[in-house]
Amino acid sequence: MSEHEYTPKSKVGKWFNDRLPLLTLANHLTDYPTPKNLNYWWTFGGILTFCLITQIVTGLVLAMHYIAHADMAFQSVEHIMRDVNYGWLIRYIHANGASMFFLAVYIHIFRSLFYGSYKSPREVIWIIGIIIYLLMMAAAFLGYVLPWGQMSFWGATVITNLFSAIPLVGEGIVTWLWGGYSVDNPTLTRFFTLHYLIPFLILGLVVLHIWALHVPGNNNPIGIDIKKPSKDTVPFHPYIVIKDGFALLMFMIVFAFFVFYTPNILGHADNYIEANPLVTPAHIVPEWYLLPFYAILRSVPDKLLGVIAMLSAILILAALPWLDTSKIRSAVFRPLYKQFYWILVADVLILGYVGAMPAEGLYLLIARIATAYYFLHFLVILPVLGFKERTTPVPLSITEPILGGSPNLAAVKKKDSFKDQ
Amino acid sequence: MKNFFRISFLIALFFGFQFNSNAAEKVEYLKTDWSFKGPFGKFDRASLQRGYQVYQEVCSSCHSMKYLSYRNLVEEGGPEFSVEQAKAIAASFEVKDGPNADGEMFMRPGRLSDKFVMPYENEKAAQAANGGAYPPDMTVLVKARGGGVDYIYSLLQGYEDPPAGVTLDDGVYYNKYMYGNKIKMSNQLSDGLVEYSDGTNASVEQMAKDVTTFLMWTAEPHLETRHKMGFKAIVYLIILTVLVYFSMKRIWSRIETKV
Repeated sequence: MSEHEYTPKSKVGKWFNDRLPLLTLANHLTDYPTPKNLNYWWTFGGILTFCLITQIVTGLVLAMHYIAHADMAFQSVEHIMRDVNYGWLIRYIHANGASMFFLAVYIHIFRSLFYGSYKSPREVIWIIGIIIYLLMMAAAFLGYVLPWGQMSFWGATVITNLFSAIPLVGEGIVTWLWGGYSVDNPTLTRFFTLHYLIPFLILGLVVLHIWALHVPGNNNPIGIDIKKPSKDTVPFHPYIVIKDGFALLMFMIVFAFFVFYTPNILGHADNYIEANPLVTPAHIVPEWYLLPFYAILRSVPDKLLGVIAMLSAILILAALPWLDTSKIRSAVFRPLYKQFYWILVADVLILGYVGAMPAEGLYLLIARIATAYYFLHFLVILPVLGFKERTTPVPLSITEPILGGSPNLAAVKKKDSFKDQ
Repeated sequence: MKNFFRISFLIALFFGFQFNSNAAEKVEYLKTDWSFKGPFGKFDRASLQRGYQVYQEVCSSCHSMKYLSYRNLVEEGGPEFSVEQAKAIAASFEVKDGPNADGEMFMRPGRLSDKFVMPYENEKAAQAANGGAYPPDMTVLVKARGGGVDYIYSLLQGYEDPPAGVTLDDGVYYNKYMYGNKIKMSNQLSDGLVEYSDGTNASVEQMAKDVTTFLMWTAEPHLETRHKMGFKAIVYLIILTVLVYFSMKRIWSRIETKV
């Protein structure tokens, strides 16, 4: 990637860099040639890094005051909210931060889906991303258990019970996960340990995710391979840094609004009732970001098949680079795929909605149709579309789309209008 | 992008329809203007003090307030009783302490540092005294109920004679805002039940509003600080965003691409 050998100017710098090339790395990161037509959907990578750091930093402070014990966890959270200096602020940032993290990751994933960023040569970046997403869901679920409210307790009971669907060893695995015969203190302490561990695994994978990204370089809205560096690229610093910074600030305004003015709107009221194994809440619902998968789980009448469907719904994404047979990356030049893309977005939103509703009557019917469509999209529509679809001509470069040999002005115009949004 | 709008419209329509059909089944809560709502919302000090009085004279015989300490009554952003008043309040309760040098537990007057004294020794005792129903702890009650303050405010005024066809067991009452309409707490408020020291007329509505305001504060003692800090934080972020926006324009103007 690096087109010229970097040598530090100072003697000390050179001495150090010969032994540990940190300065070369820093130079690579600032010079990193980035396509100049990246739109704002590309700023969510930086935003996600911010979210991860925020969660880790606030989480560290919370862990100093939190007590992982079934009899004291709820009370220690109230202690944080009342008596720890700015404890309320740190806890609300951490709790809402999880939601903001998922909001950003969903935009990041759907950006990938639209512009075909998962396709060759970026399959490994994509698969690492899916693993990060899985770990994020695990971390979020574990974290939601820690305040030991009613939804914590019963959510943990429902989710851990899913493992009992595994034939023969299922029940044993559940007992092993719980550390007893029900969700109780041993469950809480191990969940706390794992909740503390996972963010650091995510951090490591994020480094790999970015490393893998820096090998082929960024995809871009028109999805073509570009020469680097060239007229089509800009150095990461200052161009992309300032743009990511601007987008991050906009994101932080939304974040701050939730934290300061509606800090509890994304949570469930029942989680302010201390866990009680003898009282089951009327409706047990997960946090909003897990609802689409919850809907898939409940739409299958058989428990084991439901769990398999839910897991496949996530794992199928890892196979996406091979399920999508189209050679064209960006949906900008794929008129049919673009339609199906938006139908998929609507499908996932509908799944999320019915996931929050009781699984009965019309809701269940909608959930089943939406689940079936979800799999249809990935297993049938995408593979077939790659062969059948007539794509519009793709420009040869970002700066010279017309000279590059594509006479299709409409495609170029479309690209521009996309960029301006 | 056209598709985007088309689809968002369909989704919005779908959701709108769903929420409407849900709303039709729900009871509308009673509305009142809460001083603490909105980005600049603050507690009404007098209302908090009256609310404390209602809690103390009416609710506290059954409902505990276990995460609150007497010192909280003095703190900024709360009822802001004077230290003397709060000390007097604390001292009016007997707190179990010990063991002393002889190994005995003993009773002493409450101090500012003590947590609110609980009406019952434990949950079982509370249930035994209340026909099997446990009066929930009130500290975070408004955050633990879906309708929040509006729900509590309505519930306190929602007692009615049961409609024809509904039979109630002994010790069960009809309340039109309660989930399932059956509640084990009897109607607690009646006009003139407490005598407000500031001379405010103690109507049911007034007491319901005051005590709900008090409960909002017990659940969110830092609400005022949060609102104030939020305003500063967001103004700061907006100014910084504008500055960064113009820097970005300037930097990107070096090459001829729009951002």
